Amino acid sequence: MDEIAIIGVGMHPWGKWGRNFAEYGVHAAREALTDACVDWNDVGFVSGAITVRCGYPGYVAGSTFARALGFNGAQVASTYGACASGVTALSAARGQILSGACDVAIVIGADTTPKGFLAPSDGNRPDDTDWLRFHMVGATNPVYFGLHARRRMALYGATPDDFALVKVKNSRHGMHNPNARYPKEYDLEDIAHSPVVSDPLRLLEVCATSDGGAALVLSSMDYARSRGVMDPVRVAGLSTVMPTYPDTVIDLPYLATDSAAVVDPPSLSFKESIGARAYAEAGVGPQDVDVAEVYDLSSALELDWYEHLGLCAEGEAESLLRAGETSIGGRIPVNPSGGLGAFGEAVPAQAIAQVCELTWQLRGQAGHRQVDGARVGVSANQGLFGHGSSVLLRR
Amino acid sequence: MTEAAERTSVPAVEGFFTMGDEPQLIGGRLQGGAYCFPLHLGGGDPRQPDGTVEQVLLSRTGQIWSFTNSAYPPPPPFVIAEPYEPIVIAAVELEVERMVVLGQVAPGWAVDDLNVGMAVQMELGVLYTDDDVDYMTWQWRPLEVNPRIGGGPVFDRAPLTESRSTGG
Repeated sequence: MDEIAIIGVGMHPWGKWGRNFAEYGVHAAREALTDACVDWNDVGFVSGAITVRCGYPGYVAGSTFARALGFNGAQVASTYGACASGVTALSAARGQILSGACDVAIVIGADTTPKGFLAPSDGNRPDDTDWLRFHMVGATNPVYFGLHARRRMALYGATPDDFALVKVKNSRHGMHNPNARYPKEYDLEDIAHSPVVSDPLRLLEVCATSDGGAALVLSSMDYARSRGVMDPVRVAGLSTVMPTYPDTVIDLPYLATDSAAVVDPPSLSFKESIGARAYAEAGVGPQDVDVAEVYDLSSALELDWYEHLGLCAEGEAESLLRAGETSIGGRIPVNPSGGLGAFGEAVPAQAIAQVCELTWQLRGQAGHRQVDGARVGVSANQGLFGHGSSVLLRR
Repeated sequence: MTEAAERTSVPAVEGFFTMGDEPQLIGGRLQGGAYCFPLHLGGGDPRQPDGTVEQVLLSRTGQIWSFTNSAYPPPPPFVIAEPYEPIVIAAVELEVERMVVLGQVAPGWAVDDLNVGMAVQMELGVLYTDDDVDYMTWQWRPLEVNPRIGGGPVFDRAPLTESRSTGG
């Protein structure tokens, strides 16, 4: 797959600021444009990750950001793929650049979140599986996280302490990150004292909802070189895959999996297929990866990603973690940004924020969080309803 | 005061299960022979794109794939019975259909009583009530002695078949 360049990145710090989401998006966009030394009026495509209201598309984000920055006559789109929205927006921008429709594109995602559980919109909607799982079962998002954590305990002997150690590691990574909402170190005792949300997961191990914004300025390789950027961070692989039938792993927001009564499950599970697509496009494998940003919606889900991205064999994530290999300084640092554990999730911005962090890492600009000599980075994330999201960056 | 005998039970949402002493989930059988649940909200088979689905009743028994609880009351549209007792939830793999179905676990069972691989049976339980009506949902009841309240049938615990593992 042809590559595109990331020539600018920017973020608005995560928090619970309670302001209009457009403010965060515009802040991040201006920072990314400044980082890229690109004039807003030279941007040919604005790709907005749709801002949600309680799990549903609520605002037409692309044009909202563009209007706030001043309509410049460029092409514009808004895309939604739940937690994967940022990378579906990135995918649209890559298509515009590689087709030659534009030289420079900007991808923007931002969110303002309510307190508490994400829940469906109001109303009586028994034809909507996302409504049904709350009404008929009481299955909140953390319930699904708890199911996967308990499954790890049963299959691989994981312990609640293993899950807590993920949070401890990510808090150490995130404590020096100026964009993190919780720049604070937590220890095992802090986690043990936080209340259980969905057994075995405790409050400090379940991702909070946050406000935040992130943006990327992307260009063709030729444009980057013409601007004197000879060695930019490049998008070498990008995955927005859906599951392959039959998807036999229960996940948000469904009440049941597909049936394997006639066709056996595919050789790669959905989550395994997400990273595999990005690796294949880039012509690299897990052994080439120096740093990863993965979606730790819960502490336990981070361990699943180690295996789904091929960073270790199935059932070995706990050993990898305990050996310190996924800490900064280890063989394959995961979530040097601090991950969702240190940020909380700003849904349409989060997958973009993963790419911002990897870009800083590959440029050697990550300060206290720097992974030495990082040249190849991968992100992984999954949007509810079946949206895969992974980006393979290299320099 | 309304007599208890006058109470009626109805599905909280129609079309998901049959009522009666031996209730069953209402699912679909796709043209190729695979199953789905719920009937009109399950996934299709990409090799059978015309999407023909026949209504079938699903197996009442299966094995726990995983389990957890909701220590905090879920938000609406869940209807909370006060005082809130943490609901226990299991994902259960149906033997014949080879699919995993989510549901509450019958009252009286806590997460510490459950195991992956435990045999369970589908039954109906009260989701919420009003003055005269119990609104019902499907629940999974382990086919073992409940260590908290005793009694009930005893079955051999089915082993966890890892070759059939649907991932994690």
